[in-house]
Amino acid sequence: MEDNHIITLDHISKSFGDSLIVDDISLFIKKGEFVTFLGPSGCGKTTTLRMISGFEMPSKGRVLLNGKDVTNLPPYKRPINTVFQRYALFPHLDVYDNVAFGLKLKKVPVVIKKRNGKEVTKMKHLPAKVIDQKVARALKIVDLEDLEDRSIDTLSGGQQQRVAIARAIVNEPEILLLDEPLGALDLKMRKEMQLELKEMHKKLGITFIYVTHDQEEALTMSDTIVVMKSGVVQQIGTPTQIYNEPQNAFVADFIGESNIYSANMVDKRKVRFLNWTWDCVDDFEINENVDVVVRPEDVILMGPRTTNLIGTIKSKIFKGVHYEYTVIVGKSELQARDTRDLKVDSHVSIKIDPQNIQIMKKQYNINAFYDAYITKDNKVAMTDDEFECDLTQLLPGSKIDDDGYLVKNGVRYNLTDAPVAVEIEIKAIALSDDISASEVHGVIINSIWKGDYYQVLVRSSSEEDYIIDTQDSWNINDIVSIIVKKDDIKLRLKGDISKYEEDA
Amino acid sequence: MKRTLRFQRKYLCIPYVVFLVLFIVLPIVLIIFYAFTDNKGFFSFDALVDFFTTPTKISILLNSVFIALQTTIICLIISYPLAYFLANKKFNRNGVLITLFIMPMWINFVLRTGATRDLLTWLGINGGKVPYLATLIGMVYNYLPFTVLPLYTTMLKLDRSQIEAASDLGATPFQVFLRNIIPQSLPGVVSAATMVFMPTMSSYVISDTLSEGKITLFGNSIYISFSNSQWNTGSFLALIMLIIIFLSMLVTHRFSREPEARGGTW
Repeated sequence: MEDNHIITLDHISKSFGDSLIVDDISLFIKKGEFVTFLGPSGCGKTTTLRMISGFEMPSKGRVLLNGKDVTNLPPYKRPINTVFQRYALFPHLDVYDNVAFGLKLKKVPVVIKKRNGKEVTKMKHLPAKVIDQKVARALKIVDLEDLEDRSIDTLSGGQQQRVAIARAIVNEPEILLLDEPLGALDLKMRKEMQLELKEMHKKLGITFIYVTHDQEEALTMSDTIVVMKSGVVQQIGTPTQIYNEPQNAFVADFIGESNIYSANMVDKRKVRFLNWTWDCVDDFEINENVDVVVRPEDVILMGPRTTNLIGTIKSKIFKGVHYEYTVIVGKSELQARDTRDLKVDSHVSIKIDPQNIQIMKKQYNINAFYDAYITKDNKVAMTDDEFECDLTQLLPGSKIDDDGYLVKNGVRYNLTDAPVAVEIEIKAIALSDDISASEVHGVIINSIWKGDYYQVLVRSSSEEDYIIDTQDSWNINDIVSIIVKKDDIKLRLKGDISKYEEDA
Repeated sequence: MKRTLRFQRKYLCIPYVVFLVLFIVLPIVLIIFYAFTDNKGFFSFDALVDFFTTPTKISILLNSVFIALQTTIICLIISYPLAYFLANKKFNRNGVLITLFIMPMWINFVLRTGATRDLLTWLGINGGKVPYLATLIGMVYNYLPFTVLPLYTTMLKLDRSQIEAASDLGATPFQVFLRNIIPQSLPGVVSAATMVFMPTMSSYVISDTLSEGKITLFGNSIYISFSNSQWNTGSFLALIMLIIIFLSMLVTHRFSREPEARGGTW
């Protein structure tokens, strides 16, 4: 155990009833670091934070603080303070009393000389003067010096946020936990607070553990980012590592804009995707199936020339400094950025620097498609493969009305063309040689005997690859129907559902 | 040109104004009129002088305030923890328990009090032997639902994150209760207290039935005055009652407004 590990999570798991929220996480956090837990909602990041603060007990595993086991220590005994999502200020107290709340409870050992000369140590409350000074200092750090006597309801959201931060840091905790603290602020305020929090972290020198679902926030503020999905850590690294070298397709998709393709290593340091062979720098085994990520800003568009891959510009959006282009290559789409104004429908040749092609091990435990979208018949489409799916999973408590819109509490959502990420368990896909069994067809391109089952790779007519575990043996080049049950398709909307709201 | 009477929205309040004048303003005016006249209808301070010079009447008043206060406090002591547990989903999954506590309110008040008397007599808490205790038990029993309900709704609305914040800032469970849960639930306590204090002040059926006539409360003496055709004395007593209730409303209104300006229990 190294000395500078302030928090160590040792194989912790947490389940509520039957659902496993956090699945065997082990990690450590160094003293003085700014660590961010990042992931989509429901990924277990807040639960992990609550196990560090003591509000939840892990079902399994241990939480170590400075090397000491604190798994069963209640929150009020931990030298940790939290800034809550909705601030959780005390409305019956004014700003001063809110900030002084922790200090007034605190007892410190004081040595008292008795009349008979003996020295006794007694636990005493802090003197009012000391509390005054500390509160004043904390309010100064958050720029609220003049608001001591104000009542909480007269403060703006941003000011309440600052009071919440002052209330936590005034206790001089070893660790400050922040649970999506900027979620309720508007964009401009949020950007300002991000920088201020970063500044505060430098000034105070204590460990910050931050939870957010906003990848940009995580990249701006953190020293270390922990990317989580479904209770499992996907990658731990610095913001640059996470952005430039994502370890799997999920991380690549979640952090920043990206083009993700299934690819195949055709030769040493040669990878094939978009029906083209590219040079690359990552060394994988020849013939291995991999995932490839290319950031839009790394795609170089040039005038058409025969030695390069050729694509057609389908659409462009002006983004201020640059244009965002969607380029059609064969049956796939490629996102690209360029400062030049190119014409829609014009042909361009595409170049990508070898070191900008990030190759990741393919995850064989799940079928994931990151550029799927919802069709107007409420099906989900991976390129041209359309499957029936259950849209109500995108918004708990919603249902589909007679006109095919998603509705909840009288609000109607039009999800046509909404981009989604799709996950299908590899056991959930069935194959059939009856061509009429499904509208999606493919060709078996690989089949590996795994001891007691076959792992089959099917490439559909729109060039999406599906991995299937099956007991049946299939011959390479067989043409099959790909069947997926409606409930086995897991969807995740990219961006917030509120932008699909429609007036009913 | 003939002016047509067009329907306007403000006409909708006519029934209410008529009701207000007939059943609230007029009776109060009548009470004040009777309180300050003699039985011949001339202006006089007889009733006032009579009340303040008769020690038994003042002691009945003080006694009533005392019993009302005691009932209120006992009701709060019983229902506060009760409401706290009932509001916890772990103990009260589907609200069946809370319904059980409210159910006595569905039974006729006089009938219920009669049953209480029989039950207490059977238990040996006889109105003839211990009239004061019997009255107090009856009062608490009758007004308990009125305190449980407002406290229960307040407890349901307790802000969990505030409780967690207090604990996070170093408060032990007891300190959390003292410094956060009590302040948070204060509006509920105030409204529960008013729901009990005001009606117990004026009630007379309970004390009359349960103490077997041995305890006379302020409500009883008003009733007795009127049934003995002493309209002027009775009206003056009713006026005093009105003033006390008005004062207690002023006090509680102040209390419930300060901690939570937005919500408001009224």
